Amino acid sequence: MPGNNPGMLQNAGILGADSIILDLEDAVSLTEKDSARVLVREAIKNVDYSNVEVIVRINPLDTEFGAEDINVIARVKPDTILVPKADEAQIKQVDEMLNKIEAEEGIEAGAIKLIALIETAYGLETIYDVIRVSKRVVGVLLGGEDLTSDLGVKRTKEGEEIFYARNRVVAACKAMKIDAIDTPFTDTNDYEGLAKDAAKAKSLGMTGKSAINPRQIDTIHSVYAPTEAEIKHALRVLDAMEEAKREGKGVFSLDGKMVDAPIINRATTTVELAKILGLIR
Amino acid sequence: MKLDKDSIWTALNKESGGIKVKISKVAKAGTLESNDILVMVMPNDNDTVELELESIVMQQFGDVIRKVVLEKVKEMGIESITIKAQDKGALDYTISARVETAIKRALA
Repeated sequence: MPGNNPGMLQNAGILGADSIILDLEDAVSLTEKDSARVLVREAIKNVDYSNVEVIVRINPLDTEFGAEDINVIARVKPDTILVPKADEAQIKQVDEMLNKIEAEEGIEAGAIKLIALIETAYGLETIYDVIRVSKRVVGVLLGGEDLTSDLGVKRTKEGEEIFYARNRVVAACKAMKIDAIDTPFTDTNDYEGLAKDAAKAKSLGMTGKSAINPRQIDTIHSVYAPTEAEIKHALRVLDAMEEAKREGKGVFSLDGKMVDAPIINRATTTVELAKILGLIR
Repeated sequence: MKLDKDSIWTALNKESGGIKVKISKVAKAGTLESNDILVMVMPNDNDTVELELESIVMQQFGDVIRKVVLEKVKEMGIESITIKAQDKGALDYTISARVETAIKRALA
């Protein structure tokens, strides 16, 4: 959501997204950075975004705006700050600034989370350090447009040029047990292309996808939502696990196949996701 | 706390019960898009707060908009200012934010 657009800011919570990004960076012109910062601060203070995670994308710290963005926005306690062009040094610096602001404002230490926007070759190649440098980092968002620009390659709908980046982000995030969020699909009129792109990213292990237009939300949800058969199977796995526990069995099987930890983990994730999406209670 | 210009005058205002601040130039903030308000502020020498307001919801909300603008001006310690505002159905917090930005720009 462009941070200087009051209409979009006030409606952002009712679009059906799990999280919304209130943007102070690329969607705001250089002459309106001060204005957007104040407006986003007031929106966070006054708009009821209910259960929707409120993320603010700040300007990079090496610009004249980044530090002031944090100084103003962190004080009204957004859920998460999205750090663009993330690298280890920048995340560390943001983390330290947040430590200070949380202490000054009486906000619980570590309450404000971070998502690292990986959109440079350097950030990608040092991703593990970027994640590890602060406990606040709960996810990585892959920025395909800036990354391909940095790599000097053309961005295509098929996305072969970000195949490696997607894999790298997924592996690092899974290793650190945080969310891997895929880059947006930028053609807002091509829903078939969006569904394909989302399915490809999901098959590589991405746990979510960003949207650049509210009209993309339903398609993304339908790709990421577990199917009825997957939910049923997951519930049966968890039931069988409970039964095995009651009977004191360490290992158990379902439909003649042994159920081990990865299968239980996957079932738990499927059920959690189904609950979040309101598919089961 | 970082001691920039903003935080110094905010702190002074809070702690001293109001050191009065004078704006020195014309500045504006906001747009004429729906749900927004365009606020223009100008210095004056009358030691008064003058507000000229146009709104698409003047009849229903004119008084509320006026109150929100004047409260923000007072909160920022400004006693001498002329404000022209064109409202396109902004919510209170948007009005407040635009007035704040316009005044900060006029002080910068």
